[in-house]
Amino acid sequence: MAFFQKTDGSGVLLLAPGDNIAVATAELPEGTQREVDGQKIVLRAQVDVGHKFAVRLIPSGSRIVKYGAPIGVATRDIGAGEYVHTHNMTSDYLPTYTLEDGRQFVKEVK
Amino acid sequence: MTLTGYLRTDGRKGIRNGIVVTYLVECAHHVAREIVHPFRSQGVQLIGFSGCYPNAYSHKMMERLCTHPNTGAALLVSLGCEGFNKSALLETVRKSGRPARLVVIQDTGGTRKSIADGQAWIEQTLAQLGATPRIEMGINELIVGTKCGGSDATSGLTANPAMGRAFDFLVEHNAACIFEETGELIGMENWMAQRAATPELGQEIIKTVGKAARYYATMGHASFAPGNADGGLTTIEEKSLGAYAKSGQSRISGIVKPGDVPITGGLYLMDMIPDGEVRFGFPNINDNAEIAEMIACGAHLVMFSTGRGSVVGSAVSPIIKVCANPKTYKRMSDDMDVDAGRILEDRATLDEVGREIYDLLIDVANGKPTKSEALGHQEFVLTYKSFEPLGPACFPSAA
Repeated sequence: MAFFQKTDGSGVLLLAPGDNIAVATAELPEGTQREVDGQKIVLRAQVDVGHKFAVRLIPSGSRIVKYGAPIGVATRDIGAGEYVHTHNMTSDYLPTYTLEDGRQFVKEVK
Repeated sequence: MTLTGYLRTDGRKGIRNGIVVTYLVECAHHVAREIVHPFRSQGVQLIGFSGCYPNAYSHKMMERLCTHPNTGAALLVSLGCEGFNKSALLETVRKSGRPARLVVIQDTGGTRKSIADGQAWIEQTLAQLGATPRIEMGINELIVGTKCGGSDATSGLTANPAMGRAFDFLVEHNAACIFEETGELIGMENWMAQRAATPELGQEIIKTVGKAARYYATMGHASFAPGNADGGLTTIEEKSLGAYAKSGQSRISGIVKPGDVPITGGLYLMDMIPDGEVRFGFPNINDNAEIAEMIACGAHLVMFSTGRGSVVGSAVSPIIKVCANPKTYKRMSDDMDVDAGRILEDRATLDEVGREIYDLLIDVANGKPTKSEALGHQEFVLTYKSFEPLGPACFPSAA
């Protein structure tokens, strides 16, 4: 696993060739246009620092690849420029704990 | 760069010369805390174990911490009727050549008398420890741990790989480096196995991560806090990818379990998931649980990366806080030793920050206080666990 040394000032980082997501290194508002991996991408939502977006169509059921490694699977089709997070992908291993689960505990207590 | 430390009778050297005051059951916690209070800025630190029932893991942890190279003396505080084997612990500390004392609250006559007794001993012992000389120490005598906490998606981009670079520099100098959180290496097991010193060790690494995956499956979800998701991490594999970056690029020399001290330099994976049936709840109830375990493995200091902004320090060994997220650094710079988020702002390269961490590590080893030390952070937690001994495949260089 090789790490990047330096950002290029574009606010976008494709961590490994072949990745289907890129990460934001600055807060990027909806509508931001960038060329990633030779393709023009228009962001369809705001993407915060460290968060990720699709750089090409990721069909439902296929792997999300970051740093050349699979980090989970798409739960629906994800278009280029779409924000990628818990609403459209899931782990291949273990469920992700969210505050929603915490609210469930509160219900159980009551 | 020259390094100095305090020589101990077992040949190891410490970078701090503190006194630990340890309660041996929750019932002795208040008395121990009161004893420490007036001396808390003089290297006197509170550790302890809450449980009333003896357990091999907690005993081993306590022995390792009370005879840690950074520990100059130990005061044990017992209620009197708890199960902890206090005389065995006292004996171990005394045999190590350290000043040691046991205060039994029921025998001493209660809270007030026990606090006075303990404080009188601390005063006398502080004066005695002040005369300990620092002598030359090699970088190859250092043990360094790494941890991430309050992670977000920047942790794996900046602070973790930069700490990995610092680990690479340390391993080149034959220091022992420990990374851990096998529950947060899920998905990385095959990559790690390829870096193992032997194929047998590689198989052990895969087994260790499999154990973690089974353990967390029983708990119901991964080692994942809601803040991780708010910070842009979506799955445990993604968090693992970032956590894995802390290990750097060196060959993996072996596996240790909490309290096992590496006997040669190199990179070690600490397996912190209890063996056997799932009995004790979450194996990392918070970040300090694993920090204490790495310190029990002899870690002189621990590098800690955070994206969301953790403020913790630790008893016994200093914590160097490496902040991954530039926004967090601006908000919480008083708590952060290194601003690794510069990498995302085109202001530094990964190697530059890695070198900065390494240089700071040497300064801290030589006595420079870290931010969390200066702020008085001395968090400590120890819960019930149980482990089986390591097999020979886990430690190829010992064979």
